[in-house]
Amino acid sequence: MTDIQINISNKTYPTATKPSIEDLKLSLNSNEFTCLVGPSGCGKTTLLNIIAGLDNDYDGDILVGERHTHPKIGYIFQNPRLLPWRTVRENIELALDGNQSPEVIDELLEVMQLTAAQHVYPERLSLGMSRRVAIIRAFAVDPEVLLMDEPFVSLDAPTARQVRELLLKLWQQRPHTVLFVTHDLREAIALADRLIFLSASPMRVVSEVIVPIARNERGNELAIESFRQQLLKNHPEIKPLL
Amino acid sequence: MPTLSLLAFLALWQGLAIYLNSNTLPTPIAVAKVFWQGCVSGQLPFHLGVTLLRLIVSFAIAMLLGCAIGIVLGRNKKLDAFFDNWLVIFLNVPALVTIILCYVWFGLVESAAILAVVINKLPNVIVTIREGTRALDQDLLDMARCYRFSKRKTLVHVIWPQLHPFVMGATRSGLALIWKIILVVELLGRSNGMGYQLHLFFQLFDVASILAYTVAFVAVIQLIELLILKPLDKKALRWRR
Repeated sequence: MTDIQINISNKTYPTATKPSIEDLKLSLNSNEFTCLVGPSGCGKTTLLNIIAGLDNDYDGDILVGERHTHPKIGYIFQNPRLLPWRTVRENIELALDGNQSPEVIDELLEVMQLTAAQHVYPERLSLGMSRRVAIIRAFAVDPEVLLMDEPFVSLDAPTARQVRELLLKLWQQRPHTVLFVTHDLREAIALADRLIFLSASPMRVVSEVIVPIARNERGNELAIESFRQQLLKNHPEIKPLL
Repeated sequence: MPTLSLLAFLALWQGLAIYLNSNTLPTPIAVAKVFWQGCVSGQLPFHLGVTLLRLIVSFAIAMLLGCAIGIVLGRNKKLDAFFDNWLVIFLNVPALVTIILCYVWFGLVESAAILAVVINKLPNVIVTIREGTRALDQDLLDMARCYRFSKRKTLVHVIWPQLHPFVMGATRSGLALIWKIILVVELLGRSNGMGYQLHLFFQLFDVASILAYTVAFVAVIQLIELLILKPLDKKALRWRR
């Protein structure tokens, strides 16, 4: 795995009067789980789309190791974006480029508890199951960076917690560089190695914090809440962003 | 229920024909007799076959070209703006004008007949497929780009399934439109086919033969719907609840 440097000097939408993103510098360390926390509408999805190569209208540069290029990505969108006319397994297989073995899909389906549903069409899946399929698809391509755009939004709390735990299990088994976007601080603390707080209009890095909670303690809600309180006390600059 | 409605129609027709007792409306039985005689003599299958061949060739050309151009125009705003007015003009040129011009410019030959049918149907297919392409789900196209789908993979697995209802719409309306145009094409400039035969029967005032040929053609179109289009629909939409 390779470290990724993101430098965006300016991203302004054609109809906007001021930039959405200005002088943003991010480094993603190999196999690290990084959470971007910022208010709604601050441009987090725009940033992910730039990294993914979906938006090329910006000034800046992305460096993957020594290469000036967009990284190979796995993207988990807010909406799972599965092809409704392909089964669960076919949706995952279509994302593969032929270099991965089919057994990988079997293993991923098993970890995400979807083996029984692999030949089912997405319309017959619950939202939580669809999100799990999207997670499998993203891991299956063995990406250089996994982009996750609030993948648990609109799930009820127990389902969100279940999918989050499965995601962490999968990530611990198959470590990848992750860039996870959320506006939920508790969720970010439960998942991340490192938190990056972003301001809006234009988007800039306000603060960076390493999460010191051990991985086996991330299910402990008291530990999460205690760190959250401590964070808000020690970093008053992040309060307006939440 | 469909059988019942068909039987009711036949009964009404029979009753009306007996009541009027005129050559202009023969009974269904008289039409069936003419139909059978036409089959036995081989005249009906021959002319029906010629017309069907023209239908298949012109339909295939119009659909293939129309789908390709429709997708390109739906995805490219500049090209769409360039051709939009022409599309509207060709949509509104009367079929008869195109047919006459094709015969005048290229002669009373088979290729001119096919070209006239294609020119009449093509704008219709282009507009339908262009609308379908404009309605494509951008989220799914972005997903395909993120996961580096090849152009072929994107077309087959992302674009084509979304265009399916539009293609089927263009197919159904196309079949209905094309066979009507083909009859005019045959009537004006061919020496065989259903249109030529109908013209002949019209001069002889032979309504029974006109109806027998019409029934034969409608039956073939129904068979195409039943044996090809409906199974295609079923296969393509099997993912729906």
